Amino acid sequence: MSGYKQVPGLLEVNEALGETTLVVERERLGEAALYLRDELGFNYLADVAGADYLGWGGEVAGSWGSAEGRDLNVPYTLGPSLVAKPKPKRFSVSYHLLALRDDPVRVRLQTWLDDGEEVATVVEIWPTADWLEREVYDLMGIVFAGHPNPVRVLMPEDWEGHPLRKDYPIGGEPVRFSGEE
Amino acid sequence: MTAARTDSVVGAPALYEGTKIPSPIPSWLQVPEARRETGNVLQVNFGPNHPSTHGVLRLVVDLDGEEIVGMRAVIGYLHTGFEKSMEQKSWWKAINYPSRIDYLASFQNEMVFVLAIEKLLGIEVPAKATWVRMALSELNRIHSHLIWLGTVGLELGVQSLYFYCFDQRERVLDLFEMVTGVRVHGRYCQAGGLAEDIPPAFVDEARAYCTNLRKMIGEYERLTWQNKMFQRRTKGIGVVSAEDAIRLGLSGPNLRGSGLNWDIRKREPYLFYDQVEFDVPVYERGDCEARVRVRIDEMRESLRIAEQSLDKVEQLAGEPWIADDRKVVLPPREELQTSMESLIHHFKLVSEGYRVPVGEVYVPIEGPRGEEGCYVVSDGGAKPWRVHFRAPSFLTIAAAPTLCQNHLIADLIAISASLDTLMGDSDR
Repeated sequence: MSGYKQVPGLLEVNEALGETTLVVERERLGEAALYLRDELGFNYLADVAGADYLGWGGEVAGSWGSAEGRDLNVPYTLGPSLVAKPKPKRFSVSYHLLALRDDPVRVRLQTWLDDGEEVATVVEIWPTADWLEREVYDLMGIVFAGHPNPVRVLMPEDWEGHPLRKDYPIGGEPVRFSGEE
Repeated sequence: MTAARTDSVVGAPALYEGTKIPSPIPSWLQVPEARRETGNVLQVNFGPNHPSTHGVLRLVVDLDGEEIVGMRAVIGYLHTGFEKSMEQKSWWKAINYPSRIDYLASFQNEMVFVLAIEKLLGIEVPAKATWVRMALSELNRIHSHLIWLGTVGLELGVQSLYFYCFDQRERVLDLFEMVTGVRVHGRYCQAGGLAEDIPPAFVDEARAYCTNLRKMIGEYERLTWQNKMFQRRTKGIGVVSAEDAIRLGLSGPNLRGSGLNWDIRKREPYLFYDQVEFDVPVYERGDCEARVRVRIDEMRESLRIAEQSLDKVEQLAGEPWIADDRKVVLPPREELQTSMESLIHHFKLVSEGYRVPVGEVYVPIEGPRGEEGCYVVSDGGAKPWRVHFRAPSFLTIAAAPTLCQNHLIADLIAISASLDTLMGDSDR
């Protein structure tokens, strides 16, 4: 864990469910990524995932479970209901990194941003990020500044909106009928 | 060409100096200006509807004569919005979706999502369920590899291979039908274990299948490695070095074909993979032949794992196949007639679903096409807040232009075949 202390722009290190999450400042994501690759050996970018937290924590009060784990069959061991804590900003971008070597380590590099804010691309650090970032832009509308080819990848090029945003309705998307101009 | 087995992940000799990855856009091989000025470059759309693309993949290829000088891939024709749909369903209903994403590895995709739910719930899965999951995982891998090998045969001029492979593929599906009731989309995993116990005859049937397939793999090898045409179309074609493979995010058999001894089942064991004996086939040449050989060898290893798992399943006959946590797991059917509480729990679980504690997890497993990862965020409610799949095919297709440069258009078929991509997986 001590190795992560030096990560540039580090805000917090979360250990949960056997996974390590490094939250870094949005402005210094590129530096942090470069440090993780060159100093700590995270040579493999497994995945980039965006998440939209609009409306987070609204209707889920009283969830089952406790911080220590669950033992629902024994009365009074529930602990306090774990309510979702508010998130710092609307969107998170998580980079799942892997140190592909004999003693593999995985870590989640995470940064937070609001609508309209940008995060620096990591394509030059991990070429894998090319399509992964395009996917996050396409479906979540997060702009990666400096990306060499910032276009949609899964949706049609002229699609309006970003479907995985929470304010994008399901079933409300425009349907194009064949033969329509 | 023999399999090189080393204990270390890296260590294979470098296949070429430097990197072949195009710059500045890693997934887009652009035509050099000098080449374009000759006026000989012709742009051809390969796909989206072409039998060799295994689905609806469009490759925009720039050709100078038959040589590929530029290339980029266009995907999204099979985009179905599974990740969005899953956010609208309760956890246990969402289990239906992942098997539709990578429909050849349907069981493993379903399992990776269930493993993520179980990790968030902190629920303990009975040993028998885990062994059954392992046996089915490996049979599923064999199923995927058989379809892949058959279609590789079609594309590289070994038509008969297709019939041999699909014959065996039907028999795996018979086993899946026996267990789950349907051939492809079984929805057999349940948070906490399995949806049902396996039928008593399954173990023997599966063993007989493994014995038979082991013989058949020898046939496949003779059909491929004694076929001059197949050899010449794969040897030295589409070479990618270990370093480039890592940078491009290739995974699974494609990494092992470039000399990396990397298998999540060995390096980061999940289920009970640390309790079975198997080898990881690694080939160092980084070409199409190496990737094909890795997969054929891997089928043998899968048989070994499946047989060891079946032994364990047999020893555990009569043991529970799902956890005894009534807040997550449906009560036994017969209790509904006699127990009010069981009826209430059944009703609540079916109508509202179980709640999953707040948290986020990323669970990677070794699928037939590489690292299948599932990133899940829960807000403590009865529906997933966010589900994201790390699709190995998505990254493999993005890497294809690197492999194809300066090859002929006919090699493009061999390369895309050897990479084993699936459009359902990449487009989600």
